Amino acid sequence: MSADFSLAELLIVAAAEAWRGNGEVLASGIGIVPRLGASLAKLTHSPQLMLTDAEAFLVEEPVPLGPRGNYRPGFSGYMPFARVFDCVWSGRRHAMISPIQIDRFGQTNLSAVGDRVKPKVQMLGMRGLPGNSISHANSMFVPNHGPRVFVPGEVDVVGGVGYNPRRWPPGAPARHIDLRLIVTDLCVMDFGGREHAIRVRSLHPGVVLADVQSATGFALEVPVELPTTAAPTREQLDIIRRLDPHELRAGVIKGNPPGRGARAGARPS
Amino acid sequence: MLDKALTATDVISTLRDGMTLGIGGWGPRRKPMALVREMLRSPLKDLTLVAYGGPDVGMLCAAGKVKKLIYGFVSLDVIPVEPWFRRAREAGAFEARELDEGLLQWGLRAAGMRVPFLPTPVGLASDVMTMNPEFRTVRSPYADGTELLAMPALTLDVALIHVDRADRLGNVQTLGPDPYFDEQFARAAQRCYASCEQLLERLDLTHSGDARCNIVERSCITGVVAAAFGAHPTSNPPAYGWDLEHLKAYTALAAEADGWERYTQQYLAGSEANYLARAGGAARLAALPVPVF
Repeated sequence: MSADFSLAELLIVAAAEAWRGNGEVLASGIGIVPRLGASLAKLTHSPQLMLTDAEAFLVEEPVPLGPRGNYRPGFSGYMPFARVFDCVWSGRRHAMISPIQIDRFGQTNLSAVGDRVKPKVQMLGMRGLPGNSISHANSMFVPNHGPRVFVPGEVDVVGGVGYNPRRWPPGAPARHIDLRLIVTDLCVMDFGGREHAIRVRSLHPGVVLADVQSATGFALEVPVELPTTAAPTREQLDIIRRLDPHELRAGVIKGNPPGRGARAGARPS
Repeated sequence: MLDKALTATDVISTLRDGMTLGIGGWGPRRKPMALVREMLRSPLKDLTLVAYGGPDVGMLCAAGKVKKLIYGFVSLDVIPVEPWFRRAREAGAFEARELDEGLLQWGLRAAGMRVPFLPTPVGLASDVMTMNPEFRTVRSPYADGTELLAMPALTLDVALIHVDRADRLGNVQTLGPDPYFDEQFARAAQRCYASCEQLLERLDLTHSGDARCNIVERSCITGVVAAAFGAHPTSNPPAYGWDLEHLKAYTALAAEADGWERYTQQYLAGSEANYLARAGGAARLAALPVPVF
């Protein structure tokens, strides 16, 4: 267990933890790191997970990313968009996406930056965030932990809903809100603080707590014991490399830094 | 016997300013682009569009035809934010009604079922409620007493979809892996027109084995239009993939002051046959690879 690994590979292993022990749910990792994380989870600790081919079919063996030569995935089931919505609303799904903004309540934004009527920067739109967030477990991946992502106050457009009591009308079914992990390039966080406040769970090698707090637009909770995020094992690295033969993961974090903490102190705030 | 065959010009000439139009497909996938192009060649204006948007929405925004847009996203997938939609939205050029993706189909289903709304928790506590100020909640009349969004029916004047095969009776088949929500668009609309790669006399006589690919029954289809490569530059798997080169050039033009004028002159002037020739011709389009994810 002395293999070299990249920060992206560390993050994939950390992301996989989100799906540990989830049982028979659709694991939807949107983007390179979340998708590899879901795939790794299925191939290691959580074989009951369901995955898609990133199009319309269910697979039992994770599909490698990008052009796949002669490899032909075997399809075990059908999951077109219409059925994805049915699955979402049933609650049997756990998604990990990368919002453009996240606030202290876990509310997320993929829509726009600035004014809602005439935004400064229009992004994708709500996509599935309102439905995902109110229906099933959700985690987040942030490749650039900074105060422009972890904003003070509220996100500019609330797509994914969270633990903000002011937003919930009396009698509204907030009971299904289930925000799990936030994996960033600095740390892993969860919603285990007081009244679901965001709490640091582990720091990546070479990162100190002050780096994380200064890169976050709101106060974070910190447990007494703050471990270092687990390094990938040889087995995990082999799986990741097999599932990402074109090394798309190398482009996720600027400069593709190593995972052993060479970036300590290098982060601009 | 029924004969629902029409030309794109016939279809677009039935549309009126101010109508609410639904457009099938999903982002850069199986969009009825030949019909959209015919709309772009027409003087139609003040439209309300309902769509899982791709270049259909972007082009209609670029041409200044959109008064109100009801959408969950507008994307070219590999180019995440549709560039012309972004430009129009940042200029405040249309009324934006942003929805969750699932809510959009829920509104279409309500319209298709002829009920005024369908309940759902989706949208509560989010800015769907502020970006759609007319939305109201209802309380469950049962013991749970849950407060829910009453998603209003998205009733369409006209829906436009693109399919692989159609016959003159209005039977349609799509062969790709995902039917998207074309069925719900067709059901939500007073009239639905389908452009098709191939127009046949009778699908029961020639393609009986693919009847499970019939995404909606023919009573929902008002007219069919023969339009080979009618989804270009969006994808229509398994026949052809999206035209990334075309979409990139289209995206680059959104940064130019006269970009839309140039796109129009280059691609939309003249007929659909001219368009297909300028887009590279049938051999090139048929060879566009289906993307791998």
